[in-house]
Amino acid sequence: MSPSTVQTATPLDGYVDLVGAPAIDELWALSGPLHGRPIQMVNSTAIGGGVAELLHRLMPLMQEVGLDARWDVITGGADFFEVTKAFHNALQGGAYDSRPQNFEIFLRYNKLNQERLRLDAEFAVIHDPQPAALIEGRSNHSGHWIWRCHIDLSRPNPTVWQFLENYVNRYDGAIFSSPEFARRLPIPQYLFYPSIDPLSDKNRDLDPEFVKDILEKFGVDPQRTILTQVSRFDRFKDPIGVIRVYQIVKRYFDCQLVLAGGGAADDPEGREVLREVREAAGNDPDIHVLELPPSSPVEINALQRGSTVVIQKSLREGFGLTVAEALWKKKPVVASAVGGIPRQVIHKHTGLLAHSIEGTAYQVRFLLSHREFAARLGSNGHEHVREHFLVTGSLKRYLTLFLHQLDHRAVT
Amino acid sequence: MKTADQPFQFYTASDLVRICNQNAANLAELRDALEQCSDASMFYHTFQSLGRHHFLTERFSNDFAQWVLAACNRAELAERLACVDIREYVSIVELRTDLRRLVVEYCDAEPQFATQAAFEPFNFCESIEVTLPLGWEARTLEEFRDHLERLSHASLHFHFISSRLRLHLKTNDFSYWIATGLGLGDLAARMNRIDVYTNTLDSIQEELVRLIDQQIRN
Repeated sequence: MSPSTVQTATPLDGYVDLVGAPAIDELWALSGPLHGRPIQMVNSTAIGGGVAELLHRLMPLMQEVGLDARWDVITGGADFFEVTKAFHNALQGGAYDSRPQNFEIFLRYNKLNQERLRLDAEFAVIHDPQPAALIEGRSNHSGHWIWRCHIDLSRPNPTVWQFLENYVNRYDGAIFSSPEFARRLPIPQYLFYPSIDPLSDKNRDLDPEFVKDILEKFGVDPQRTILTQVSRFDRFKDPIGVIRVYQIVKRYFDCQLVLAGGGAADDPEGREVLREVREAAGNDPDIHVLELPPSSPVEINALQRGSTVVIQKSLREGFGLTVAEALWKKKPVVASAVGGIPRQVIHKHTGLLAHSIEGTAYQVRFLLSHREFAARLGSNGHEHVREHFLVTGSLKRYLTLFLHQLDHRAVT
Repeated sequence: MKTADQPFQFYTASDLVRICNQNAANLAELRDALEQCSDASMFYHTFQSLGRHHFLTERFSNDFAQWVLAACNRAELAERLACVDIREYVSIVELRTDLRRLVVEYCDAEPQFATQAAFEPFNFCESIEVTLPLGWEARTLEEFRDHLERLSHASLHFHFISSRLRLHLKTNDFSYWIATGLGLGDLAARMNRIDVYTNTLDSIQEELVRLIDQQIRN
């Protein structure tokens, strides 16, 4: 499959009002020496998940600035994706049921994709562990091969990592979303923050009347204080903890809680968590547990925009881009200091960090008592996202990396 | 209006951030790491930090000070580190020496805090600067002003802040050219006095344009 012809993004000029003409001029300047050069992105899915979402936005922008950019998706049977899901969890510190055939299945499908795909681009960016062994298809050290790791590798299962490391170390470099997620590797490691698209349905400006309508559609009173957490129903997102936070805050402030997320429909554990959440919510009419269909970006956007305070009380987190989404909307955020969240929430500057249910509740109460401070955090947060977490920034980082690789090759 | 013999060439700079295999889990480790880390890493955590967080003028402007405050809760040392003004330095060697000296002195004076575990480690990164000419040049103050107004944050940081390390002078690219190319030493000095710590890159740009407009009017 090749989704490289998908053109869903707004042209670069559409971002001028958001990031300024100088930043866009700069992207054109950086892309100049790269005109016509073949770039290939490879990942494991065209639809769903943050990587596909980013590539759908990024690839048309790369093409627009003159790169010969294409995006390929690897294919595999159910057995392959079962193995890669197990790897994914194990690499992030989860339990792993070690089966020798897993490695054989992984390599067999990588080999099949290696034969199926044209792997001759000048710059190849291979995303995540699933296609990592495609490096075996690199002919005679040609091109520049970069491994883009979107997951937290700080505490991997040693068996899986030792297997994968053999392939990763053969790349010219690796990209991580946060220094905390990286490993000590013999190849250069680069820092690329993930990004959001400010013009996507999930993040674009909405008419306040539309926001009000959406809130009312879900039974939420737009006139009263709204605390919101947007996350799939997963224990690591601690939705029960968020209910406890709300219950503490409620002793001091009249407020409502919105817990909005998906992931319960096709996930047995998600269904169980959702059941527990509903049980914990009891019959409190001010707790709104919203199970949204997978594609509800405008609804999520409206819920975030309509919120007084956005909470992200994760126990463990990847980068946690829902935080950047809220900050972009100038919302004051109270979040746990886990995963990539402290990169987005600079404590007391772009939001407030907390480490417990009680601490989260205290910070929410503080923001509700100090509305001007809350507004300043939201405003700073918006600037922080503009500087570091927008798709135009991702484009700039890739252009810079490719230019550096060119320069490096010229020197060596 | 005077025309310079040598035009001012505007550049853009983009930084690739490299994650180093080095971190510090307490102040003693920071002290040691400050001796060992690369110049590119010192640049990233001081000069570059100012640009990355320019919109947060209340935040400490270098990463070391911010970490000492936020992760080690040692406000006194954090304030001392934050007060090291990068405008006073024309080489990373001197900057490294002074920052490290502050950490050494603090660890010697307060050994009980030197090995106290930080809330989160300090991860060293380094900056790889990729520069490209924008193809814009100015020979007069008016031309310079028109291009200055259109500069990105990255270009502004490159020419106005990190340029000190290139020039090895306590000035910036703009002031240097305006003084030597146009012979406007007073304007150059006024531009160089703009406080990069209490201004954002946007307000620096506005102030530079305002000073030039004032000069043109006069």
